[in-house]
Amino acid sequence: MILRTILSIILLAAINATAQKEATALINAKVFPVNSEPIENGALVIQNGKIIFVGKADELKGSFENIIDVSGKVILPGLVDTHSHIGEGDGGDRSSTTHPDVRILDAIDPNSDTFKKAIAGGITTVNVMPGSGHLMSGQTVYLKLRSNSKTIEDMLFCEDPLNDICGGLKMANGTNSLREPPFTGTRGKSAAVIRQLFIKAVEYKNQIDRAAGDPEKMPARNIEMEALLEVLDGRRIVQHHTHRADDIITVIRLSKEFGFKVVLHHVSEGWKVAEEIAEANVPCSIIMIDSPGGKLEAVNLIYKTGAVLEEAGVDVAYHTDDGITDSRFFLRSAAFGVRAGMSYNKSIEALTLAGARMLGLEDRVGSLEKGKDADFIILSGDPLSLYTRVEQTWVEGEKVFDINDLESRKYSLGGYEVYRGDYQYLHNCGGEE
Amino acid sequence: MKIILTFILAVIVCFNSGLSQIAVKGETIYTMSGDPIEKGVVLINKGKIEKVGRQSDVQIPEGYEIVEGKVITPGFIDARTVVGLSGIYNYRHDQDQLEKSDAIQPELRAVDAYNKDEKLVDFLLSLGITTIHTGHGPGALASGQTMIAKTYSESYNDYVVDSLTMIAFTLGNTVRSNYTKPGTRSKGVAMLRSEFLKAQEYLKKQNSKDEKERPKRDLKLETLSKVLNGDVRALFTVNRAVDIMAALRLADEFGFKPVLDGVAEGYLLLDELKVRKLEIIIHPTMVRTYGDTKNASLETPKTFYEAGIPFSLQSGYESYVPKTRVVLFEAAIAHSYGLPFNEALASITINPAKLLGIDESVGSLEEGKFADIVVFDGNPFEYTSHVCKVIVKGKIVKDECF
Repeated sequence: MILRTILSIILLAAINATAQKEATALINAKVFPVNSEPIENGALVIQNGKIIFVGKADELKGSFENIIDVSGKVILPGLVDTHSHIGEGDGGDRSSTTHPDVRILDAIDPNSDTFKKAIAGGITTVNVMPGSGHLMSGQTVYLKLRSNSKTIEDMLFCEDPLNDICGGLKMANGTNSLREPPFTGTRGKSAAVIRQLFIKAVEYKNQIDRAAGDPEKMPARNIEMEALLEVLDGRRIVQHHTHRADDIITVIRLSKEFGFKVVLHHVSEGWKVAEEIAEANVPCSIIMIDSPGGKLEAVNLIYKTGAVLEEAGVDVAYHTDDGITDSRFFLRSAAFGVRAGMSYNKSIEALTLAGARMLGLEDRVGSLEKGKDADFIILSGDPLSLYTRVEQTWVEGEKVFDINDLESRKYSLGGYEVYRGDYQYLHNCGGEE
Repeated sequence: MKIILTFILAVIVCFNSGLSQIAVKGETIYTMSGDPIEKGVVLINKGKIEKVGRQSDVQIPEGYEIVEGKVITPGFIDARTVVGLSGIYNYRHDQDQLEKSDAIQPELRAVDAYNKDEKLVDFLLSLGITTIHTGHGPGALASGQTMIAKTYSESYNDYVVDSLTMIAFTLGNTVRSNYTKPGTRSKGVAMLRSEFLKAQEYLKKQNSKDEKERPKRDLKLETLSKVLNGDVRALFTVNRAVDIMAALRLADEFGFKPVLDGVAEGYLLLDELKVRKLEIIIHPTMVRTYGDTKNASLETPKTFYEAGIPFSLQSGYESYVPKTRVVLFEAAIAHSYGLPFNEALASITINPAKLLGIDESVGSLEEGKFADIVVFDGNPFEYTSHVCKVIVKGKIVKDECF
């Protein structure tokens, strides 16, 4: 008995020796696990950056060093933004219309205040994309908005940017990529260029297969082809900008021809072809904006796209497309979805778990489940209410935003010399949305 | 012939009478003149508001169509937009808000470019915006004129409320990004001073007793002289504090009282703005924080309110997606960031009505005013509430919850 006590003391001491080793219990909030029904008087217990318990507060057993009473508050998983341009990075440049080799992670500034805006809006996981000004503008990057990230490596989801797949592949069709020669000037040509590129990638893959591991027979390394190989293998997801109904169908046609995994982004006219999207089993990441238009293909954008897609059985997520909408107002997307007929639960899921699925990260984020990353937000009330504020944002067990902390708060409100403000994504060359 | 005429007359009479007598009942009616009325009713007759009061006090005459909703507000007024000149497609052919051939062109009339059938105008109407102050946009030292329009119209004769409301001026970085001249802030101010000096001269000659002394008509100088003699107000889009002060300096030099638009850094100049009792249209609350509005704060409406400075809100100008903002949503965000409910509503109803000089006819629910009314199924500012009916001049023009 004594030995056991001593052992536990030693063990405890060992646990306390490193930060975050002791469990923290947040109790008495309304908890939205998202993968199951909301829990009144719920509890969330985290340890070592992971979730170790989600359930009713009164079912919580044992005592905890850190107990935070969050009565009257609401806890959601950290929000997942499937399409954003924060970080001041860029992608494909004007030298070509296809850049499968270009990684946006080589161009992002981890100190950008746009990340601070995002955590003020409750976003913890974000897919940062190059623009849609080209057919294939480059590799996207999946980031975790961890505190004190000094380098892009500190923010990556992947372990090793030299060997791992750290994001998706941004593609676009429709009018954004239509330009004067040498770029593509028509939709038919755009599709042909993409098909030719994928045919080349299939040949590259065949060469590798034929080599059967013999270094002598391997093709020369080609980083464009290597990225496309990952796409063909289903390890890198195509994140595809598309608005008009016929453009949506073109994406589906290409994805079937080459068998790549794809997420449709924006999908302004998705409501016209919801059945076709459902049949192809392709998920949609949509944007909720205040008014339609701004360009021809967004003229028929309507509030009820999410509702129509949900009804058809399509997996729906939201994105900010920040600078198009501001990360600080991401919750508002879900409220507008409900306004236009989307179900409450699906709308919450569209901010969290659905987005995680579309990035292939659902094993780690998107819901509050035992074993997942301790990424969550504390809200002052109903997630869909105008009056609700993101009060705290936690990433992997660490609080990265607290509205009561003045330094954090200013990024949520704005004001004199808070933001650099010299960065405006939508007018960048090739950066149209 | 006579029969046909009588028939047409009869149809017109039926058409009007059939639509013009309505009783709008609401759990809460925000009249914007006095306290909200619980369980209230607004009687509409012949396009105007006949009576407003509690349901227990107001007898609904027989034959009135009954409309019911949770919350009733006046039709909203957008204090500053470019919709109608700036269209939904964002192609050259539907973008008439900014002429780039010269940085000073106050003579450009809004009525010559306003497209009443523009889709965005109807879109705004479906969210309860019944009156807009629209016209030439920000971005030029003097981009042109503004006008007031109704967002619902049935002909080319019925939508203009005021054809020349203000002249739109802009100071700041946005100007130099649109023109090679001016290339700096100071040059922009100098260019405007030169034009105003010419206009002073023009005005002097125009008032000359000797007919030979009078100048040939010059549209530009004629328009600027209207600002100088107080016939038309100058609307200055100024967001940085330095630009706000430059506008006030210009106004002092040439003796006019500007309406300030944007004012993103106005929180640095509260005393100055208050002392001068200036009319102010604050930028859209959710304006993007870059360029001249990089220092915008979500709490600016609250700050102005607490400082006792009245203001209106606006949708402003959007260059891309979304192509317009919606004042209802901008007021909602202002409210959620500390502006009291009633003040947020005032910023898109009675305040802009007063600012635009149309408060005799719109901006509040009072006897004798036009029956511009919005019916909601909940708190107007909640994202999940809907605009269920929009009534313009006594006619139900939107009848589906949106």
